[in-house]
Amino acid sequence: MSETAFAMTDGRVSFDGKAVLRGIDLTVSPGEVVALLGANGSGKSTLVRALLGLTALTGGRTLVYGTPPGRFRDWWRIGYVPQRLQVGGGVPATVREVVASGRIARQRRLRRTSPADRAAVSDALEAVRLADRANDPVQSLSGGQQQRVLIARALAGAPDTYVMDEPTAGVDAETQQLLADTLAGLVLDGKTVVLVAHELGPLEPIITRGVVIREGRIAHDGRPPRPEGDCARPGHEHQHPHATETIPGPLTGWQGEPQ
Amino acid sequence: MIMELLHEQLFQLALIAALLVGLCAPAVGTFIVQRRLALLGDGVGHVALTGVALGFLTGSAPVLTAVIVAVAGAVAIELVRARGRTSGDVALALLFYGGIAGGVMLMGIAPGGSTAKLNSYLFGAIASVTTQDIWIIAALAAAVIAVVAIFGRELFVLCQDEEMARASGLPVRFLSLLIAVTAALTVVIAMRVVGLLLVSALMVIPVATSQQLTRGFRTTMLLAMLFGVIASVGGLVASTYSTKVPPGAAIVLLALAGFVLALAVGRFVRRARTQESTVSERPKLRVEEVA
Repeated sequence: MSETAFAMTDGRVSFDGKAVLRGIDLTVSPGEVVALLGANGSGKSTLVRALLGLTALTGGRTLVYGTPPGRFRDWWRIGYVPQRLQVGGGVPATVREVVASGRIARQRRLRRTSPADRAAVSDALEAVRLADRANDPVQSLSGGQQQRVLIARALAGAPDTYVMDEPTAGVDAETQQLLADTLAGLVLDGKTVVLVAHELGPLEPIITRGVVIREGRIAHDGRPPRPEGDCARPGHEHQHPHATETIPGPLTGWQGEPQ
Repeated sequence: MIMELLHEQLFQLALIAALLVGLCAPAVGTFIVQRRLALLGDGVGHVALTGVALGFLTGSAPVLTAVIVAVAGAVAIELVRARGRTSGDVALALLFYGGIAGGVMLMGIAPGGSTAKLNSYLFGAIASVTTQDIWIIAALAAAVIAVVAIFGRELFVLCQDEEMARASGLPVRFLSLLIAVTAALTVVIAMRVVGLLLVSALMVIPVATSQQLTRGFRTTMLLAMLFGVIASVGGLVASTYSTKVPPGAAIVLLALAGFVLALAVGRFVRRARTQESTVSERPKLRVEEVA
């Protein structure tokens, strides 16, 4: 598995004539843990969606494991964690049913759910500590718990690369820590991770590379930028990207203690 | 009068039709409701009327022409849904009107045709179901159940979260068309039983009833199928007691009564549930981010 997970060259996306991505060059190698950072509206969510082919490029090109998304077949290699759980038109679904849907890329039509499928789903539920809620409707879960369901769904598919859109947004501290621990385990297994984040929080130690997006362009690509000063304050609303803040500093206040 | 019409065999045919419709409509309906397309059945039903009239005009079986036109209509609706974003519901509405107007127009042109003949299709005429109808209905029902059995897992992912389905490599366009076409087939099956104007009721009400009581998707679907059968068979039987009770309306009203009952029971069950589980957290408000 030495191929490149994602390779975008001069990626451009515009909606109704408004440029959202203006020429992105991004290559994600196996084992990397890449954080896409940036202010609201900087285009970071569009970028992950474009990497997966969910949003069509209006210019440039992008490859998933060497293949354009439209012709890519090995989707089991990708575990996508969307920003939030879609609960559909109100028909209930249990936590287990949603997590089990993460196996879909590995399942054959007409083939029944296998013991391996079931084991993977149970393991994923254990990993996010939701085994006791397995038979509850996802609609009854809190935001943080729903986020954990989404992560479990990706885990159940045992992909090579995880793509997470804001896994930490609006999520309680416990879930953030759980996510950090889970990701640390995945990194040890050599998995590749691309995640969109507003602030890194407890994920900070495992991120190997930070890519800051500003106005649809990559403003910084390298070591994850360290928060400092006002930006390090927990709950700080980022109004600007940390484009130039590459100076590593002490992480005062970063882990959540009050100042 | 219906009692006199219902020789034993006729009643059996009606019973089979009611059973098949009660089984199929909620099964497809569960996916349709989950996909937020509860009105798809209505749309296809309107369009199918043109198909029925086309049958009269060309002298072929109205059920067959209804299948063809309903499937074409469902595909059109799906294409509109997938393409357009804001004008989607307007486009749907236009299709509805076109379907009804087309049906009435073609019926007027048809030799010896009068719009009175459309009544049995608009409001159902289960008592006049023929053996040929039953064979067509049975074949369509088998197709619908086969689709649900074979593609159910994928359709669940699609109807839950279309983006997720795409990121899982599922054939989203094919599955979307499949569910639309399956809905169209269901509409035609249900046409003779409850009528085109009430078709959607059997696809939506049992599901709405079921989801008051259930926690999971699969159980919702199975329970909805049970409710569908109870309503359609119950309504049919009720209509045999009095000539003044139209079966289609009886079926739908029975289904609605079940929904009201489930609403009350469901509220009671949920209250008991929340009281027993004090650990469950309240859902938090999440700030949406558009990026």
